Amino acid sequence: MVSATATLVESEESGSLILAATGEWLVETAADLDRRLRGIEAPKGARVLLDLTRIDRLDTTGAWLLLRTEHDLTARGNTVEMRNLRPSFEPLIDQVRAAGFIAPARHPRPATHTIAGFIAHIGEVSLGLIARAYSILGFFGLVSTTAVRLARHPRRLSVTAIVAQMEQTGVNALPIVGLLTFLIGVVIAYQGADYLRFYGLESYTVQLTGASILRELGVLLTAIILAGRSGSAFTAQIGTMRVNEEIDAMRTIGLDPVEVLVLPRLFGLMLTLPMLTLCANFMGVFGGGLMAWSQLGIGIPQFLAHLSTIAPWSFWIGMIKSPFFAVIIASIGCYEGFQVAGSAESVGRLTTLSVVEAIFLVIVTDAGFSIFFSALQI
Amino acid sequence: MPDQPEEPIIRVRGLVNRFGTEIVHNGLDLDVVRGEVLGVVGASGSGKSVLLRTVIGLNQPVAGSVEVLGKNILTMSDTDHREVEKRWGVLFQDGALFSSLTVAENIEVPLKEYYEMPLRLMDEIAAFKVGIVGLPEGTGEKYPSQLSGGMRKRSGLARALALDPEIVFLDEPTAGLDPIAAAEFDTLIRDLRGSLGLTVFMVTHDLDTLFSICDRVAILVDRKIRAGTLEQMVQDDHPWIQSYFHGPRGRAALLSEGEHLPKPGTRLAAPL
Repeated sequence: MVSATATLVESEESGSLILAATGEWLVETAADLDRRLRGIEAPKGARVLLDLTRIDRLDTTGAWLLLRTEHDLTARGNTVEMRNLRPSFEPLIDQVRAAGFIAPARHPRPATHTIAGFIAHIGEVSLGLIARAYSILGFFGLVSTTAVRLARHPRRLSVTAIVAQMEQTGVNALPIVGLLTFLIGVVIAYQGADYLRFYGLESYTVQLTGASILRELGVLLTAIILAGRSGSAFTAQIGTMRVNEEIDAMRTIGLDPVEVLVLPRLFGLMLTLPMLTLCANFMGVFGGGLMAWSQLGIGIPQFLAHLSTIAPWSFWIGMIKSPFFAVIIASIGCYEGFQVAGSAESVGRLTTLSVVEAIFLVIVTDAGFSIFFSALQI
Repeated sequence: MPDQPEEPIIRVRGLVNRFGTEIVHNGLDLDVVRGEVLGVVGASGSGKSVLLRTVIGLNQPVAGSVEVLGKNILTMSDTDHREVEKRWGVLFQDGALFSSLTVAENIEVPLKEYYEMPLRLMDEIAAFKVGIVGLPEGTGEKYPSQLSGGMRKRSGLARALALDPEIVFLDEPTAGLDPIAAAEFDTLIRDLRGSLGLTVFMVTHDLDTLFSICDRVAILVDRKIRAGTLEQMVQDDHPWIQSYFHGPRGRAALLSEGEHLPKPGTRLAAPL
């Protein structure tokens, strides 16, 4: 395809400036024509003739460039006349002229690029955080009252929905949770044995692995995996339903979205997270044991003997924490889903937010538990 | 408007589309002439949108050929593809504006992709395109989520027209608009066709649009196309076409646009 060419010839005739436009005035040639047209210097008050005889092709961009030139020159006090426009181009010129002159839109620039803007941004974010925490607390209250109300009519609770949630969040997550905690068990035992050997205490590897997995890592890893896997799914599912107006449809039919959507997910996760934690603990300790056996030659009876010296509370502390983490993950996941408004774009943004918030709150809560249990001296 | 009448700008031959066991198109032929406004109609699920997607190369058919601007869409090289894409514009059903960009930035996307242009000129072009499609001043700075459905469609049209294309594809341009906005949109398309010499390939459900701006109608029945002028198609004796034009809505549209049509057939006159 031969590229289009267009030119502008300037000449003078009895005191008036003649601009002869020739060639193809198209979007293709616009950049070049734009530069030439901006360079025109007409004497103040002079008459300008736009001679359009030799324009072969014209599109809206070309037509608009002509009109802009006319407009600009008129604004500078010149009298402008277009002449010899081909009749076939007239509708096009009229159409573009009818659109009028609209000032170009500004490109939005983030206000944070100035110092004042940056400080204002910090303030906005902080206030936003407080408002969000307040709002999450409100949502949690709503879910709690709905749960209490449902406790009086337990038959309204859909067992099928809970079981379906348990399958999606629990059974389907088993392989990934099992594999990851197994690997963590292997890594802790391997690294721990290295350091303990230095002090001649390598036989304590089993205690080290067992205690850290049972008390902290098993439940924490499971919660983090579920926040990424199920918390995000909750936000995306409920968010999509909001975009499709399914939630509104539910309300008009008289269904309570919290009861139908949130409670099955909450109860489902509260049941599955402890079970998954149990599996995670087993796999982690198993991985550690495998390592102890292959690296240190600790056999099964010896391994069990070591394991039994770990305080049973270590195990129970891990298990006690798991339903609390489940409540956090399910509540945040559902809450962010309900925050979706307007476009599908916000589903993606809120899904990310839901995972980050859930993991953050899980770890903060875990730290809280740590302080609590050490105060109880267990 | 057409300089050389009857030059087919889009030529579809023997098109077969199948999804699973369901055959959507079976040996479909269609010609679109330069400078005409073609309305594609058909029952829901008859494959109107699939036809449009196939013509613009978004859907690979099972068999058949699709030529647009003299190039075979299905087998052409990437360079040819870019060359053809420069010469058409597509308006998707809900505008399909990029949600992270403002309306003006949306219009600038094709300009940026194909031409080296100073930013100021691009901003100016975007601004006058906003005016041409009849959007109020200031729309260019807004994000798609801040616009109503009708404004999103107009913005989508502005983006489709950014490169001054020869063909525009419109997927249900008036669906979801109120009757006044729909009529305005019809007028807009008719005006643009008149001044730009556009060829318009339009999928529509809207009988008023069909009667007020389409030169020819292509009707998808029995997995094939029956095309002709409105006058011809109104007389077609296929049962679906009969009930389409002579149902209560078709009759109303025929009546209001009656002056454009020759004397309606006896079949039409009797029930009135």
